[in-house]
Amino acid sequence: MLFGAAIVLPLIFSNGGFVNFLSDAGAFVLLALGLNIVVGFAGLLDLGYAAFFAIGSYTFAMLASPQFGIHIPFWIMLFLASGVAALFGILLGAPTLRLRGDYLAIVTLGFGEIVPQTFLNLSQWTGGPNGIGSLDQPAVFGFRFGFQVLPYYYLILALIAVAVLAANNLRTSRLGRAWMAIREDELAAAHAGINTTATKLAAFAIGASFSGLAGCAYASKLQLVSPDQFGFNVSVAVLSMLVLGGMGNIPGVIVGSLVISSLDRFILPQLTNFMHGIGVSIDLTNSRFMIYGIILVLTMLFRPEGLIPSRQRRSELRAAGDAERAEQTLYTEAVP
Amino acid sequence: MALLQLENLTVRFGGLVAVDKLDFAIEAGTIVTMIGPNGAGKSTVFNAITGIYAPSGGRIVFDGRTISGLKTSTIAAGGIARTFQNIRLFAFMSALDNVMTGEHARMRANVLDSLLHTPAQRAEERRVRARAFELLRFVGLEHVAEQYASNLAYGMQRRLEIARALAGEPRLLLLDEPAAGMNAAEKHDLIELIRRIRELGITIFLIEHDMRLVKQISERITVLDHGEKIAEGLPDVVCADPKVIEAYLGAPA
Repeated sequence: MLFGAAIVLPLIFSNGGFVNFLSDAGAFVLLALGLNIVVGFAGLLDLGYAAFFAIGSYTFAMLASPQFGIHIPFWIMLFLASGVAALFGILLGAPTLRLRGDYLAIVTLGFGEIVPQTFLNLSQWTGGPNGIGSLDQPAVFGFRFGFQVLPYYYLILALIAVAVLAANNLRTSRLGRAWMAIREDELAAAHAGINTTATKLAAFAIGASFSGLAGCAYASKLQLVSPDQFGFNVSVAVLSMLVLGGMGNIPGVIVGSLVISSLDRFILPQLTNFMHGIGVSIDLTNSRFMIYGIILVLTMLFRPEGLIPSRQRRSELRAAGDAERAEQTLYTEAVP
Repeated sequence: MALLQLENLTVRFGGLVAVDKLDFAIEAGTIVTMIGPNGAGKSTVFNAITGIYAPSGGRIVFDGRTISGLKTSTIAAGGIARTFQNIRLFAFMSALDNVMTGEHARMRANVLDSLLHTPAQRAEERRVRARAFELLRFVGLEHVAEQYASNLAYGMQRRLEIARALAGEPRLLLLDEPAAGMNAAEKHDLIELIRRIRELGITIFLIEHDMRLVKQISERITVLDHGEKIAEGLPDVVCADPKVIEAYLGAPA
């Protein structure tokens, strides 16, 4: 039903700016769905997810632009870019398999910093700080997408549909159960015959492949890739979407990413305009990270399971809360 | 030939010798118990068998194959399942999903099948789900199949862990203090459950402190102290052994 609404939505609000916003937000939904596989399903905290977005985008940019005169069709690039991103998912995953929690987070953080730097410095191939422009546009049966927004909107919507289907199928399968088992108790999972190495690598690879899709769509829509699009702020924004929406739960993740995107592109600029209107000159768009931070803190305080949590996550956090309360009661009882 | 054979097994942690040149065999179809004071190295033996620790010396042979040095998941898939001293269920997965996860190594679906939910994948899921239900019924938990493992009562969690272990169709089942924390009625049920598992043709090797339970079900007992085997044999004989009494109660003054 929501999906049906998403199809007709741009026909009602034919405002180009709004559809443009929805398309960009859609690319972030794709990213959030991918990161959700790594963090939400398999429980592997990844703070450098934007690196895979960068790899997906640059793969597209190098192989479908005048940069090297290579023009591989967009639809093939979707598979190719996902594949390359997945490969890098495995490359990152392999050395971090023994790490958990905060240690893993730090290594992925480093990876997230290294990748855009590499693209920045390999200027003979990547155009350095200027990036790569005039990227190829997708075409369906000879119809070129050109510079209109609407075809990209539907393209991204279709990719989201595929991603949701894929994520949901994975969740309710042998592989999905194995991911959750690893998240719950890695040692017990190994004793259930789960090859934890291969299963974690699969999470990294599949999670990364989603950002390959997002990378192709986003880059071709924007007609440009440059290193500054893939900084740490992107990784943090995507992770915030998961935390706000409800980690591990697909509808939650979608809602979370739409909320953060609209905050970023709509609410903050509007509020800034409003403030200017009443004579207060604060640019809220510059303090978006402070606002993300406040949102995360408030989420953790009042609704740690996220807006639309999975059943699992809710009871998990509730159980943790109960244990804490029990401890507190014990403590107060012990003190006369 | 013995189903499981430990040959000269040694596990060292730095300077500490947790298991010292242990020779020991379990015949197929038997129920064998390992007892010993706390810190004797019993759980370390289990951990070495399931591949958590690589032995510092000696080897472990299961069904004619050397398994020491293999990965835990490979050993589990090869037919050795276990439960843990401190229950280690997948707390926020349903009882049914816990057991279905136990069948992981018996399933064929690959990444693509999982992604596309192919007809073969769906048929396999149905089969695995039905078998998981059967196992829940076997341990008497079919009425809580959809409950989270963490919501189950303690005794139920112990039984669920056994069901998950059985899901891997093991030939050898290692039970690490299965009766710990159980009341008399639960222990009674446990003894009956262990006997029913043996009737399925599964060999059982357990660590247990409750001597009454141990004497009731074990065919053989091995006693470990300071990582060394100090006695082995029939329950009554072992329990009367002065060395065993000394290990538990200290030397007579």
